[in-house]
Order: sequence, then C-alpha cells, then structure tokens
Amino acid sequence: MDANTFLIQILNGIQYGLLLFLVASGLTLILGIMGIINLAHGTFYMVGAYLAFSLSQYFGSLWLAMAGGVVIAVAIGLVLEWLLISRLYHRDHLYQVLLTYGLILMFEELRSVVFGDDVHGVAVPEFLRASIPLTETLSYPVYRLWMSAVCLVLAVGMYFLIQKTRLGMIIRAGAANREMVQSLGININLLYRLVFALGVALAAFAGMIAAPVASVFPGMGNQVLIICFVVVVIGGIGSVKGALLAAILIGLVDTFGKVITLEFGGVQLLPQLSGMMVYVLMAVVLLARPEGLFGKRT
Amino acid sequence: MRRLRPGTIVLLACLLVLALLPAFAEKYYVQLFTKIMIMAIFAMSLDLLVGFTGLVSLGHAAFFGLAGYVLAFAAPQYEAANLWLSLPLAMACSGLLALLIGALVLRTSGIYFIMVTLAFAQMVFFLFHDTEFGGGADGIYVYAKPVAAIAGWEPFTLENHVHFYFVVLVLLVLVYAALRMLLASLFGRVIVGIRVNEQRMKSLGYRTFRYKLVCFVLAGVLAGMAGYFAAAQFGFVSPETLGWHQSGSVLMMVILGGMGTLTGAVLGAFAMILLELGLQDLPRIGGLDLAKHWQLFMGGFIVLAVLLLPHGLLGLGQLASKLRRKPVEARDG
Repeated sequence: MDANTFLIQILNGIQYGLLLFLVASGLTLILGIMGIINLAHGTFYMVGAYLAFSLSQYFGSLWLAMAGGVVIAVAIGLVLEWLLISRLYHRDHLYQVLLTYGLILMFEELRSVVFGDDVHGVAVPEFLRASIPLTETLSYPVYRLWMSAVCLVLAVGMYFLIQKTRLGMIIRAGAANREMVQSLGININLLYRLVFALGVALAAFAGMIAAPVASVFPGMGNQVLIICFVVVVIGGIGSVKGALLAAILIGLVDTFGKVITLEFGGVQLLPQLSGMMVYVLMAVVLLARPEGLFGKRT
Repeated sequence: MRRLRPGTIVLLACLLVLALLPAFAEKYYVQLFTKIMIMAIFAMSLDLLVGFTGLVSLGHAAFFGLAGYVLAFAAPQYEAANLWLSLPLAMACSGLLALLIGALVLRTSGIYFIMVTLAFAQMVFFLFHDTEFGGGADGIYVYAKPVAAIAGWEPFTLENHVHFYFVVLVLLVLVYAALRMLLASLFGRVIVGIRVNEQRMKSLGYRTFRYKLVCFVLAGVLAGMAGYFAAAQFGFVSPETLGWHQSGSVLMMVILGGMGTLTGAVLGAFAMILLELGLQDLPRIGGLDLAKHWQLFMGGFIVLAVLLLPHGLLGLGQLASKLRRKPVEARDG
C-alpha cells in the first residue's frame, strides 16, 4: 500500500467514523441521560436518508431538503417521545427494547409502502462535485471532505452545548440525578423531550449527508444501529467524548479491515472477515474495561 | 391423592389436544404445530435467561442458527446425517459458543448486556454472511432429514411428518419438565435470587457469575436443540436464522406470553406464530396489499402489547381471576 492509498484510506476511515459519531452521540445521550435503550435509533438514520432522497427531488436542492428534513426529524422525535417513549422511563429495559423493536418494524414497513424496496441514489450538490487529484490516477472527492468537516463542526458544537451552556449543565445534572433537578424547578420532562428530539435529528442528519455517498436502501438503519452499539459500548455509556474516539477508532478499523490482506496458515482472514473486526475490537475492550473507555466504573 | 390445580388441568388438557392433533388435522396443520412447538422450546430457553435469571439477551438467535448450520454441515449433499450423532454435536456447538460469548458478555450487566449480546450475535451473523463455507448470504440446503438409525434399526423416521411432530412434542414436554425440575431445585432458587438481588446472593456466598454462565450455556444448548429441528424441518439455513430479527421475535414470544413462567413462553410462541399467519392473510385494500406489509401491523401490535399488556397474556388471565375473586375478599374483610 503506497502513501497515497494510505492517505485515502485514513480519510475514508475518519469520515466514516465521524458519520458514526453523529448517530452514536444521540444514542449515547439518550442512554446516558434518559436511561432509554433505543433500538429504533438506526431507523432515524434511514428516515433521514429517505427524507434527503424524496425532499431533494421535491425541492430540487439537497440543501433545502436537509433543512426541511431536520425540521421533520425533530417533529418526529418530539411526537414519538410524547406518545411512546415517555411511558417507558419507569419500565424495565426489556420493554424499551421491545417497544423500539416494534417501531423498527413499523418504520421499515412504512418505508416499503411509501418508497418501495428499491435502492435509490441522491445527487451530490453541484459545487461539491469536484475531486482533489492526488496522483494521476487517484483523487479524493470534495464531498467526503465536506462531510467530515460538517461532522467535526457538529461535534464541536455538541461539546460546547453540553459543557458550556446552561442547557448543557441542566442536561448533565439531569443525567446525574433526575429527582434533584426536578425539585429545583426544572421541567425534566421537557428536557428529556428535547434530548430525544436532538438525538433523532442528529441520526437523521447523518442519514441525509450520507445519502449521496452511501445510496439509500432498505435496512440501512439496522446496519448502522448495531455498529453504533459497539461504539457506545467501547466509548462508555453517556460519554460523548468516548463516542467520538470510539467512532473514529471503529471507522479506521473497519476501513483498513477491508483493504488489508491478512493470511494465517494459508487461510485468508482479511478482508474476508472484515465484518467481524469491530466486534473483535469490542471483545478486547470488554475484557480490559467492561465499562468502556470513558464509562463510569460501577 | 394431591388435588390438581386448575392450571395443571388446563395444561394437561392442552397436552391431550396436542397429542391427538395428528389424528384429525391435515398435514399442513401438523407441520405448522411442529414449527410452533420448536419455537416454544426456543422461547423457553430464552425465558430461562430473561424471565428467571434476569438477563435480557438480544442475541439468542446465534445459538439457534448455529445448530442449524451444524446440521447442514453434518449432512453432506444428498446424504442424511445421523440424528443420534448430529443432534448432540449441534447442541454441543451451540453450548460452546454460548460459553465463549457468555464468558465475555456476563462481565457486563443492564443496558450493556443487551447491546453486547446483540453485537456478538451480529458477529456470528457476519461470520456466516461474509464467508463462503456456509453458503454466504444465500445459505445452504439441508437436503435430507436426519435419520434416527441405531445399528440398522430405525425407531422412527423424520421424513414422516407425524413422526417428526411427535418427536418434537416429546422433546417439548421433556424440556418443560426438566426446566421445571431445575427451577424447583436449589439452583433454580439461586438464579431467581440473582434476578431479584444479585448483591444479596453474592453476600450469601454464591458465585453468581458461575450460576449465570451455567444458565447462559444451558439456554444456548436448548436454543441449539430448537435450531437443529427448525433447520431439519425447513430444510434450509441462512444467516437470517442467526439474525437479530429472529432474536427480537423470540424475545417478543417470551414477553407476550408472560415472562418468568415456562407456560407463558410456550403460549407466547403459539400466539406470535398464529398472529403472524393471520396477518399474512390480510386482504388487499385498494392498491395496498396489506398481507405483504404484515410487519407494519406486527410492529404496531408489539408497541401496543408493551403499553397495554405489561404482564403478557398470562397476566391477562391472572387479572381476570383477580377480578372474579374480589367480591369474596370484600365480604371476608
């Protein structure tokens, strides 16, 4: 592998990792703050991608589609929390798993009713369609760089929101002690609704910006969901910083697992078993630190 | 003689109906009930974890699917496997996988446990999905059902659907009885104690990790038994049999029936599969084929069941009997 290919794979890995971070950060916040395990989180990623596909056709512009899509995603998040999720706070995790599993089935089938089961593509916006030439044969698309930049900006924004603002302070306090925050006169139910909607919007937004490079297809959400579970387990529940590091780590491991050839005793291990790599990584982390890299030791 | 409780009488009556079913039912229904009873064994094995030990596993299908693959490998093309060799082998493989995964996942608890079991099951899924030896994403056929020959003598043949039905029925009863005995023993008390308060069990001197691991492996072995017969009946295994939709739907069976009771798990398996069939029979309204989109209604049903039936179908019966008893209590008071 020469230096240019290496560079491209590094960029790809980081870009994939940052995208995973957008989905996983919402998942880890909902888990850490609200104590809700949300299997339907990957579905929101899919919803985002399909919104980008349908709205960009309607508006003729991916930018307008993204703006409209985020508004719709927030609305979906608010309604779901109000209607269903808010009834699960005092229930066992088991019921949270089942209810959100039921939601996956419904969303997946609604998708099939509305959009059918075909694979769709979304066009890359005009001015990001260029590529940066690296050598005579290799080049790197600008859109992917733009994706990474947007994800980074959002990551910094989230850090700022959670660590530096009043709302963030309340969110952190709510995660530590729900009753105490409530008795200080803060409407914790509203806070939870906002956090859930934020998580849904982040996942949907990730789906929207991924749509032009990853295409839009049935079942795309579940694939992302399970990888994001791995991210959350490695990073530690509730830790946004952990999610960021773990997501990039997994992005790199997954990307390089697909391009490196590894043989052992005449049996080809990589890239044949690249799909398993991230789970092996998770197993190693679990052995060393069961609570995750940045999780609280219980 | 000890008086039989009403619950036991209902149970024996159901068993009698099941035993007589092949005498009057068509082949289709015999095969359908075979499938349901296989899933009931699978559901009971998960109930041992979820309902009794308090371990919510979302990766239980890994053990179910693996056993099916073992049968497929044990039956090379067009040649039948020997039941007495391949069944223990399949169950042992599932148990071994459960030991491996269990040793890792039991280091975690709560939400982590749910996510980690799902992730490891998905790892097994990718092992079969991405590699060629198990037929990849297409899966492989099990052309011939296993033969039950002992040194040339064949007590029954699984090719006969009635024989198959009775083998599964006997296994269902055996598994049910064995689990009942296990749960009534000290071991059973300990694992229920772990569910209720693990710290207390630890302070009583029980090494709870070992108990949980034994449960996890046992549940894996039983799931393997179910998976073996499912593969033998269906004649086909694919990565989907280890996938998380399978894990999700068996979890739904356990909850729907009412977890923490073995009869609940069996009831849940019957209810879920019959519901599934009912939904796949939905009519076409206008341009919309409801039967094709049956999963929409299944999802809606699951959501409603979680909100409205917190104790499952068995809880419904208990609620009814409680309501009936109320006036008597009021008079006594």
